[in-house]
Amino acid sequence: MAKTISKKKSNTIKLNFDTSWSYAPAPESKSAATINKQYDLFINGEWVKPSGGKPARLNDDSRSGGYFDTINPANEEKLSEVAEANVADVDKAVKAARTAYEKVWKKMPAKERAKYVFRISRMIQEKARELAIIESLDGGKPIRESRDFDVPTAANHFFYYAGWADKLEYAFPNRKTESLGVAGQIIPWNFPLLMAAWKIAPAIATGNTVVLKPAETTPLTALKLAEIIQESDLPPGVVNIVTGAGATGAAIVNHPDINKIAFTGSTDVGKIIQRAIAGTNKKATLELGGKAANIIFEDAPIDQAVEGVINGIYFNQGHVCCAGSRLYVQESIAKQVIKKLRDRIESLIVGDPLDKNTDIGAINSRQQLETIHKYLDIGKKEGAEMYQSSCSLPGRGFWCRPTLFTNVAQSNRIAQEEIFGPVLAILTFRTDDEVIEKANNSPYGLSAGVWTDKGSKIFNMTRRMRAGVVWANTFNKFDPSSPFGGYKESGFGREGGLHGLLPYLNLVN
Amino acid sequence: MEKTIKKSSLTISENGLEKKTSSKRLEVLKTYKIYIGGQFPRTESGRYYQPTNASGKKLANVCLSSRKDFRDAVVAARGAASGWSGRAAFNRGQILYRMAEMLEGRKAQFIEELIQQDSTKAKAEKEVNLAIDRLIYYAGWCDKYQQIYSAVNPVATSHFNFSVPEPTGVVSIIAPQADSLLGLVSVIAPVIAGGNTCIVLASETKPLCSVTFAEVLNSSDLPGGVVNILTGKPSELTSWFVDHMDVNATIYCESNSDVQKMMREKSALNLKRIFFYDKVKWNTDEGQSPYFIMDTQEIKTTWHPIENIAGSGAGY
Repeated sequence: MAKTISKKKSNTIKLNFDTSWSYAPAPESKSAATINKQYDLFINGEWVKPSGGKPARLNDDSRSGGYFDTINPANEEKLSEVAEANVADVDKAVKAARTAYEKVWKKMPAKERAKYVFRISRMIQEKARELAIIESLDGGKPIRESRDFDVPTAANHFFYYAGWADKLEYAFPNRKTESLGVAGQIIPWNFPLLMAAWKIAPAIATGNTVVLKPAETTPLTALKLAEIIQESDLPPGVVNIVTGAGATGAAIVNHPDINKIAFTGSTDVGKIIQRAIAGTNKKATLELGGKAANIIFEDAPIDQAVEGVINGIYFNQGHVCCAGSRLYVQESIAKQVIKKLRDRIESLIVGDPLDKNTDIGAINSRQQLETIHKYLDIGKKEGAEMYQSSCSLPGRGFWCRPTLFTNVAQSNRIAQEEIFGPVLAILTFRTDDEVIEKANNSPYGLSAGVWTDKGSKIFNMTRRMRAGVVWANTFNKFDPSSPFGGYKESGFGREGGLHGLLPYLNLVN
Repeated sequence: MEKTIKKSSLTISENGLEKKTSSKRLEVLKTYKIYIGGQFPRTESGRYYQPTNASGKKLANVCLSSRKDFRDAVVAARGAASGWSGRAAFNRGQILYRMAEMLEGRKAQFIEELIQQDSTKAKAEKEVNLAIDRLIYYAGWCDKYQQIYSAVNPVATSHFNFSVPEPTGVVSIIAPQADSLLGLVSVIAPVIAGGNTCIVLASETKPLCSVTFAEVLNSSDLPGGVVNILTGKPSELTSWFVDHMDVNATIYCESNSDVQKMMREKSALNLKRIFFYDKVKWNTDEGQSPYFIMDTQEIKTTWHPIENIAGSGAGY
């Protein structure tokens, strides 16, 4: 019966998600972006060929000659090739950063330093469209997200920290501040340009110089940022960008002349870094994994909560360390919420990242897709019920349908471990004490969410949840002025806001 | 008779040794036990050691705490954590002030113990006074540091957004070895002022004050388990202090670089926050500041939407 009605295409019937809705393609043009065939290393304000020969990663023939490919995960086509920095290249970059620190940057009046950072922010805004296109090409995220979130937020981050440069004496009562020196920064592939901004902006605004390594699969926007930095006339060596894989990162972490390591990535690698810098005076900021609890109470505005949950887990294909990957629904409304979530994921558009209608783009890499599939199998084997959108997937590239699991137990691996994909684990609860116990039962503590219309309950919950960022009646919101970072094994240190200054400063009497 | 008691228990000469009196009364020696969960057990290991002063005199039979004692103490500290952090900051301030009151009242005993452990009368008096003042200092901070280090963040979207410090949880502390009382107080006070609970390993060579300080804590409204004090050897216990998966932060006050390296490596297990206070001069003003409180705080940022109906501006 329902089927026959829906076939009439009447405007008067209610939305019926059994029918196939389709949008006409609305692709962003690639013509606004320029990607070079090959990128070298950005050291001391110049493009430098990798010292080459043996690549930093051993036993990998595809990397001969010191360059490796970066591909578009939506169609597996090669976009460009980038240099692989080995130990000698990293050393060159650190030397450049040290010289720039001692000879130029440390001595420069803070208000002048500020103006360079402001200038970089403006230039990112000027090139916003190009950066957004490249971000979506290289990383697979929907152009709507890179255009409306990643790029503007990156520009804003530089703008925010630029203003701090000459105001540090107001930030820490009764203390003077000193910059640290050379910061080694290693960033992940989920927000390539934004993470570069989160790292570089506070570091150079506070008077440090930088050696930054973008992720192996998403180096292009960081290299575009290097072009912007070159254009901005920032003194050579203040920011150096070296591309490569894990071995390049290790060379940065282990370099003896680095004063500070800032890392965003997996908890496993974060722990390796913490061990590696034991016995040195290197300061560290680690922004690591998460398994955020998103809690819906029966008195919540259900439709808003469902939208928030969808945004919480499917934003950026779930490649978000603070993703709301564990949903706790109060038992009385569980059936209703799960029904709405299933309907909603059915309406998500999965496909071409450059299409402006796309909600879910490509999984960042084959390796990550395999990890996600591994967890889908684990979830099914553990007895959880899997539900996926029935959407069709493109033939080439790396794709995963938006997925949710019901009937999940607290002890299941899909409820305990970070999947980093569009996979939601749904659990239920009866009382607030119970849900706090469950939500906090995780080695992670990066973010959390709560949905209820009762103000006093919001504060009760947000206070008791052990997480660095808590969203109440919203989720996945970010701002340069808002500190971000975790409790427990989600790492330490904060990025953003006034609290994001301290990781790059020493306080002195 | 009364006169004799006074003489034997309180008269102290300049070199710190008790004056020989003609009294026949046998002195009652103190048993130095450890302090876990508000109780004074002996170490479960049944072991003891005998710290001596510079002239070789044995000071007491002191508990040589074991890994199991530490684990029991962590359980006690974790159990006390939500209650202590949930208390009103004002109330925590009152309790720290009460601790200072109780310490003031037992000043003489601490001076005596410090002198037994090679201090001079003048130095001992100064140390006890400083320790009392330090507690008062942090008592005052309990409900103020949050205001200094919080922020309402002016985000660009229509949200109310604020960041506040919260206690990190359970903190394990290897207390300064040189300052028997002052060092102990200086590391405990900022940690508990910030709403954390802790397990402290007292100075190995000068442990007497730590046990007496536990008695002060026990009679000062501080809930059991908030501060747990062990005596023993850092060489045995330090690695367990930084190994435990239910400890959130570790503080170490010595400059032994091998130990520091080992500690930072082990802290990676569960990404404990780790702090080395090896350059702090505890007997100066440098030994106290709200930044010590902030070391064992986490910053929590909370977001909530602000209703924005049809783009209306502020109504006032």
